[in-house]
Amino acid sequence: MVEFGGWEMPVQYGGLIDEHMAVRTRAGLFDVSHMGEVEVRGAKALDLCQSLTANDVSRIKQGQAQYNLLLNENGGVVDDIVIYRLEADHFFICVNASNTDKDFEWIRRRAGDQAQVEDTSSRYVQLALQGPLAEKILQRLTPLGLREIKPFHFAFGEVAGIHCLVARTGYTGEDGFELYCDPAEGERLWNALMDGGKEDGLKPAGLGARDTLRLEPAYPLYGHELDDSTTPLEARLEWVTKFSKGSFLGRDALVKQKEQGVKRRLVGLEMTEPGIARGGYPILKQGETIGRVTSGTKSPTLGRAIAMGYVRTEHSEVGSPVEVEIRGRAVGARVVALPFYRRRPVG
Amino acid sequence: MEVPEGLKYSKEHEWVLVEGNVAIIGITEYAQQELGDIVYVELPEAGEKVVKDDAFGVVESVKAVSDVYAPVGGTVLEANDALPDSPETVNDDPYGDGWMIKLEMSDKDDLKDLMTAEEYAEYVAQQKGEDEDEDDGEEEEEEDEDEKK
Repeated sequence: MVEFGGWEMPVQYGGLIDEHMAVRTRAGLFDVSHMGEVEVRGAKALDLCQSLTANDVSRIKQGQAQYNLLLNENGGVVDDIVIYRLEADHFFICVNASNTDKDFEWIRRRAGDQAQVEDTSSRYVQLALQGPLAEKILQRLTPLGLREIKPFHFAFGEVAGIHCLVARTGYTGEDGFELYCDPAEGERLWNALMDGGKEDGLKPAGLGARDTLRLEPAYPLYGHELDDSTTPLEARLEWVTKFSKGSFLGRDALVKQKEQGVKRRLVGLEMTEPGIARGGYPILKQGETIGRVTSGTKSPTLGRAIAMGYVRTEHSEVGSPVEVEIRGRAVGARVVALPFYRRRPVG
Repeated sequence: MEVPEGLKYSKEHEWVLVEGNVAIIGITEYAQQELGDIVYVELPEAGEKVVKDDAFGVVESVKAVSDVYAPVGGTVLEANDALPDSPETVNDDPYGDGWMIKLEMSDKDDLKDLMTAEEYAEYVAQQKGEDEDEDDGEEEEEEDEDEKK
């Protein structure tokens, strides 16, 4: 167990690699109740969300969710978030645990009397059931027609008799669901899911596996790939940034950066010599520092040492040979295409 | 928890098998359990000098990088060449095939600071007790809060 912002969090239950592979091949259950929730409602709620984020919130209907970014005036990322549209004028925003207070204040201060903003983090337990067998396991416990819940959609319904928001979202690169419920029911929900998934090899999974599972599909992690001074254009998140939606905080800075071209870019790296690149290690080109690793591990799925990091744009081309400085030694690596891992489409 | 008799143990959770002037060194069952799945091992080469209490090698789990400290000083006679290709051996057999280096000891007095099996077993039990008291656990190298997204 580790302590994190007042939360007791399991890094691993059994073994990290076992948990990781359970999610890739069967299913894993994560307790991610540390994630924060901020709710925005009122007649101008949509306008407020639109003005503070990069993605086009008007594109999602009730029952849909969207990956999005809160941006500052420089186009830097305040947080990466998932916005659920509960009602036409009611948005439920899942934020990073360590950013909950910052995000809440950020939105509240800019809301004025446009909308009501509330930190409702303490009202939800969040469990993530992830893996190719997630739907099969969950379907046994709920009358909801899960087939009808498409990726980035959600519904309210009972799971094991407990009222939940059931969303087809996740952070592992696999199919799966995230469930939100009343904390008083959290333990019962966890146990019902673990019991219900036993025959399919469901395993409890910790933060360690959550990190390696997100790294393989190259999902960014706030504090590593993203922070207040990193823009979505640098972070390969241009797809999230909808310039066409009209004005939003940070837009001008991003338009300018797009015209001028980014100076650094997030890339994937694979080690070509023995060694594991880790967050913070320098990335070199013929001895000269050209960037820094943001996350790295030995990929349990691929069996290779993989990493993400920022390098000067001129060195960001796929195939470009570079080195990573590991304990004072320059170790061979090369820039590779992202993601490292993509799940096979469900047939 | 396996703590074989006849070995000497350090507070950093290394074991030493003494054969005359030669010390064979590895990490303990407790250490490998705490580290989790080991995926990378880096060891010194024969002929290198190792200073007591300094890091002589590195083991990496999927999540974390950890130094391995020399319980005694000396000159490396041999490193376990099998480990870089099969680092999981350290998990599977920490006191056997998972050994790390053989040293020619420079000062046998170094051994005086080490614990017997019995003392070490007690030391580990104590550490576990403290972990439970504090709740936040072990001497993990990775204090990387951001990763808990």
